[in-house]
Amino acid sequence: MSMFWSIFVMVLVTINVVGAIWLLFGNAKSAPGETTGHTWDENLTEYNKPLPMWWIGLFVLSVAFGIGYLVLYPGFGAVKGSLDWTSVKQHDAHVAEANARLEKLFAQFRDVPMAKLVDDPKALGIGHNVFANNCAMCHGSDARGARGFPNLTDNDWLYGGDPQTVIATITHGRNGVMPAWGAVVGDQGVTELAHYVRELSGQSHDASLAEAGKTRYMTLCIACHGPTGKGNPALGAPNLTDATWLYGGDLATIEATIRNGRNGHMPAWDKTLGPDRIRMAAAWVLAQSKRAPADTAEAAQ
Amino acid sequence: MDSTKTYNDKVVRQFTAATILWGVVGMLVGLYIAAQLAWPALNFDIPYLTFSRLRPLHTSAVIFAFGGSALMGTAFYVVQRTCQVRLISDKLAAFTFWGWQLVIVLVAITYPLGITQSKEYAEPEWFIDIIITVVWVAFAIVFFGTLAKRRVKHIYVANWFYGAFIITIAVLHIVNNIAIPVSWTKSYIVYSGAVDAMVQWWYGHNAVGFFLTAGFLAMMYYFVPKQAERPIYSYRLSVVHFWALIAIYMWAGPHHLMYTALPDWAQSLGMVFSLILLAPSWGGMLNGILTLSGAWHKLRTDPVLKFMIVSLSFYGMSTFEGPMMSIKTVNSLSHYTDWTIGHVHSGALGWVGFITMGSLYCLIPRLYGRKQMYSQKLVETHFWVATIGVVIYIAAMWMAGVMQGLMWRATNDDGTLTYTFIESLKQTYPFYYARFFGGLLYLSGMLMMAWNTWMTWRTSREPAPALIPTAVHA
Repeated sequence: MSMFWSIFVMVLVTINVVGAIWLLFGNAKSAPGETTGHTWDENLTEYNKPLPMWWIGLFVLSVAFGIGYLVLYPGFGAVKGSLDWTSVKQHDAHVAEANARLEKLFAQFRDVPMAKLVDDPKALGIGHNVFANNCAMCHGSDARGARGFPNLTDNDWLYGGDPQTVIATITHGRNGVMPAWGAVVGDQGVTELAHYVRELSGQSHDASLAEAGKTRYMTLCIACHGPTGKGNPALGAPNLTDATWLYGGDLATIEATIRNGRNGHMPAWDKTLGPDRIRMAAAWVLAQSKRAPADTAEAAQ
Repeated sequence: MDSTKTYNDKVVRQFTAATILWGVVGMLVGLYIAAQLAWPALNFDIPYLTFSRLRPLHTSAVIFAFGGSALMGTAFYVVQRTCQVRLISDKLAAFTFWGWQLVIVLVAITYPLGITQSKEYAEPEWFIDIIITVVWVAFAIVFFGTLAKRRVKHIYVANWFYGAFIITIAVLHIVNNIAIPVSWTKSYIVYSGAVDAMVQWWYGHNAVGFFLTAGFLAMMYYFVPKQAERPIYSYRLSVVHFWALIAIYMWAGPHHLMYTALPDWAQSLGMVFSLILLAPSWGGMLNGILTLSGAWHKLRTDPVLKFMIVSLSFYGMSTFEGPMMSIKTVNSLSHYTDWTIGHVHSGALGWVGFITMGSLYCLIPRLYGRKQMYSQKLVETHFWVATIGVVIYIAAMWMAGVMQGLMWRATNDDGTLTYTFIESLKQTYPFYYARFFGGLLYLSGMLMMAWNTWMTWRTSREPAPALIPTAVHA
């Protein structure tokens, strides 16, 4: 705060506090019972009784508290207050205290390998809590995901389901970008491509459109989704041959995806959660997919 | 007859009718959105009926349409009676009435269409803001012009409060709504970030302070002594609490922004002055309640006085609760919960609603040249139904709010939150049902008032214009 604004605030605060007290004591004394002698609208009159003592006391007390508070805490212009308190310091102190308390709890899991962590009920309990607090709003409380947000309970992984990859995904986040092809291939091209994608996943399609779509696919889509449409986990490019769809596998949705592209965003959690919580959340997620029946395309191979 | 020898009660009658009409409409919308919270399917997936669009419609309808019409109508009545002159301009008074109704109708059309500034209690878009400003200036000219022409030397205390309310609301409205229009239905506010938040809550809290407190205290200062036929308890208490109230209210806005990006010094001052505000606020309650002392026996028989004493009690309660909620430690529990909703409604239903109803029950018979309403018994029923409604409403919201605050801050041994948001919502449902029921009772009371007023009007002959007494007392 600049010197000008600091003095500005100080002057206004002082005028208000001193003014209130002056007003109070300037009017505190009077003879009881007398009226002001004025009459309005036939019968409206006023006594001029003294201010109730307890009310004066309440007023003075609140002003005294206010002055005391401004001595201790920031508020009187740029004066910091004798406690040197700030809301940022208060927050940091709370966090430090909580971290110190949690250190003991988290330390016992730090050297446990992920393979064991996924079977440790205590670690999974913590992982579940972390997931419920931070991940459930997109992936759902049961981790089954939603449209645009992957299901984490199956064995189908966009970026890979080994522990290190899952941890990397949570720590650094992911940006799943599918470019928009509408302007490149035109409406006809979009429809042809969509039919080919339906063919890849074994769904009903128009054979001649799919045939035309295949030619386009082999020039444009092959780079990420691969020659057989199995995708590429290094890029997060989905497998197009299975029955798992992030946005939907019906013709209209596939066309929309090709025409407008998609932007899947998983935030980075390293700053918010830190490595201990991330490992336990990853363990819980892996435990969910471990329990999933081996019915997905990849598991069936 | 020379019109300068009579009072202009026509505009007061119009405002009174508007008050009751908008009261019913505003509370009905409130009840509907309360029902949506309890049974979310009730928006029928129609965008115009969603909670997000109807909630501002409810708040604006009850504050500015119901409350505003009541304040303008009683201000015009009180300033004439206590100055013993007719309003300076019948045309400008009529312009104020019709202009204000136009604003209300425009608001009721634009909000459901999603046309909004998205500033709480200041949602109207820029072109409506300009109409509001013009109407408000007309209102101010009529009020202060009449005051300037008064035949009574001293200015009655009610007029101090009406005056403070009119001037301050003008300042708040203009400063908070400075915006750059980009089309007829869209504008951008000039402030940004923490400054925008601070201006918004400087406005928002002073709307409470000067619209819902100072304005209705003005009503209280005329109608309570009138109905009780007792002198005001203490002139010097009026002086002290008036000046302290209007000076200190100005600082309280930051308590809406505790633990946000607002600088610490501003948060501290918001809390400190909110606490200092307690005594000045209670000054008004004391002056009202102590005016009734000596007339306690009338409370047994006069339902109008019952409305007034209960309104003063709720005023005292919510002006105690407000400073407590502005203490940072309490605020960290109460903020963002339904406790805030309970607090607001203890002030809005209990204080603003009851003092308006009490004042109108005192005023309406006078406007139609009779001693009391068509059915005094129905006034009594209204009182009890509304009182029970308010108590159920605020008790439900208090419990819901404290429960939500405790659930949101509960943590497990591993540092994670014990409850998800949805779990706290699930636990709130019983309170939402109770709140709906409380609101239903309150609205039923308002419907009784509407019917009673209608019958009072139908069974009265149009009274001759009220003559201004020639004798001047003070």
